[in-house]
Amino acid sequence: MSKHTASGDAEAVIALRKVTAELGSRPVLRGIDLTVGRGEVVALLGANGSGKSTAVRTIIGQVPVTGGDVEIFGTARRRFRDWARVGYVPQRTTAAGGVPATINEVVTSGRLSRARFGVLRKADREAVARAIDLVGLTDRAKDSVNALSGGQHQRVLIARALASEPELLIMDEPMAGVDLASQEVLAATLRHQVAQGASVLLVLHELGPLEPLIDRAVVLRDGCVLHDGPPPRAVGQHALPGHDHVHPHDADAEPVRTGLLT
Amino acid sequence: MEILEYAFMQRALLAAVLVGITAPAVGIYLVQRRQALMGDGIGHVAMTGVGLGFLLSASPVWMATAVAIVGAVVMELIRWYGKTRGDIALAMLFYGGMAGGVMFINLAPGGSNANLQSYLFGSLSTVSEEDVTAICLLAAFVVLVTVGLRRQLFAVSQDEEFARVTGLPVRALNLLTAVTAAITVTVAMRVVGLLLVSALMVVPVAAAQQLTRSFAATFAISVAIGVAVTIGGTATSYYQDVPPGATIVLLTIGVFIALTVLATPLARRRARAKAAAESAGDPAECSVPAQPVART
Repeated sequence: MSKHTASGDAEAVIALRKVTAELGSRPVLRGIDLTVGRGEVVALLGANGSGKSTAVRTIIGQVPVTGGDVEIFGTARRRFRDWARVGYVPQRTTAAGGVPATINEVVTSGRLSRARFGVLRKADREAVARAIDLVGLTDRAKDSVNALSGGQHQRVLIARALASEPELLIMDEPMAGVDLASQEVLAATLRHQVAQGASVLLVLHELGPLEPLIDRAVVLRDGCVLHDGPPPRAVGQHALPGHDHVHPHDADAEPVRTGLLT
Repeated sequence: MEILEYAFMQRALLAAVLVGITAPAVGIYLVQRRQALMGDGIGHVAMTGVGLGFLLSASPVWMATAVAIVGAVVMELIRWYGKTRGDIALAMLFYGGMAGGVMFINLAPGGSNANLQSYLFGSLSTVSEEDVTAICLLAAFVVLVTVGLRRQLFAVSQDEEFARVTGLPVRALNLLTAVTAAITVTVAMRVVGLLLVSALMVVPVAAAQQLTRSFAATFAISVAIGVAVTIGGTATSYYQDVPPGATIVLLTIGVFIALTVLATPLARRRARAKAAAESAGDPAECSVPAQPVART
C-alpha cells in the first residue's frame, strides 16, 4: 500500500519540488511536485498543453527551470553526471535520421553513456544485443530503421534507452502511434524492466495497455498537479483535467493494481 | 601516364584525393542532421577569408580556414540561441561573407576578381606546394575527427536530445562538427572551389544511400564515390581542358543518377520479397477471429 503514498525523498530516484518553467516567457509549469520512488512506476497524465512533456524535459535538462529543485538519484540535476543510470525515450514518431542506419547502429548509440569515448567492448555489444532482443527485433538488427513501421520505431527507441542497462526509465509518450502487436511487446518489455527493479516515469495521454503496470498517477492541468495517487480508474474523459477527479473510494475500496509486478 | 609527369598535376591529384575523402566524411553528418546546405554557407563565409588573405598578403588558404571556422562557430551559436529568425541571421552571414570577399579582394594591391575566380570554382594549375602542405594537415585533422569520433558524432547527429541524456558533451561535439566542416571547405577550395564544395559533401552521400542500409556502409561508399569522382574529374579536366570543380560536381551528379536508376528496381524487389515473407503466415483475406482479442 505504501507505494501509493509518494515514497520518502531518501528513496526517490526523481524528485521535483516547486518546479516552475517557462517556454518563451509563457509559464508552463507553475510549481509542481513530483517524485518517483525506487522501483515505482509513475504515470504522468494530462491533456495536451498541461505541461507533462515539459516536466519530463526539465528532468533531463532540455528545458531550464526558473524555480524549484530537480533531483535525480538524490543529486541536484546540475551536478548529476551518472547518465548511464537513466534511460530516456524521447517523444518521436521515427528513429530515423537523414542517413540510413541499422537498428543495431541506433541502439548502440544508447550505450555511449557507458562507453563514452572509449572503444566498444564485448560487454557493450552484448548489452546492445540484449536490448534489441528485449523488444523482439533481433532478426532485424541489421535492417535499416527507415524500413520499419511506427510501432517498430518506438521499439527501437526503447531498446536504445535500455542499452545502457538503466535503473530509471523516462519515457515520453511511448505508446503514441503504436500498433497492437508492438504495444504488447512494449508492455512486456516494461514489465520485465520493472521486475528487475527499474523505476519508471511514463508520460501518457491515456493509461491504455500499460495500466496494470502503473503504481501511481500524477495528473497535470495548466502546469499544476491536479491529482497524485492511485491511477484514475476511468480512462478517457475522467482521467483528463477538467474532470475534477476526487477519489471518494479509498485504497482498500479499489484493488491495488500491481498484479503484473509480482 | 603522362598526367603524372607534371609536378602541378601530382599536387592537384593529391589534393583531389584528399577532397574526395574528407568532403563526404564530414558531409554525411551534415546530411544526417538535415543541414545539407551548411557547407554552402561556410563556403560563402570563407570568401571573406580569401579576400583578407590577398589584402594582408597572407596565405589565402590559412586565412580562409580561420574565417570559415569563425563563421561555422557563429552559425552554430545562432542555432543555439537565435530561435527566432535564425534563417535571416544565417542569410546575412552567408551574403555578408560573400560581399566581404569581393570587397577585400578589390581593395588588395593588384587584386582583381579574376584572382577570386580560381577560389570560387577551383583550378588545377594554381595548387601550390604550400597549398598541398596545408591541405594534407587539414585533411588529416578531418579524417581523425570523422572516423575517430564516428559513434559520438553519429549519436549527436541522429538525435541531439537523446544524446544529451547519454551525458555526451553535445555542444562541444556540435562545435567540432561545425569546425570540421569549415576546415573541409578550405581543403576542397583549391580543387572544387568554394561555391561547389557543398555538392561534394552532399551528393556522394545521397548517391551511396541508394544502395545502403547502414550508416557504416553509407560512410564507406560515399567516400569511395568521392575519391572516384575527384580523381576522374581532375583527369578529365586535365585532358579536356575543362574546369575541374564543375567537372567533378557534374560527374558526382551523374553517379547519383546512375545509382538511383540501378537501385530502384532492386529496392522494389527487396520490398516485395519482404512483404511476401511477412504475410506468409497470414491468410490472404480477412477472416473473423475465433475469439475476440483480449486486452492486456
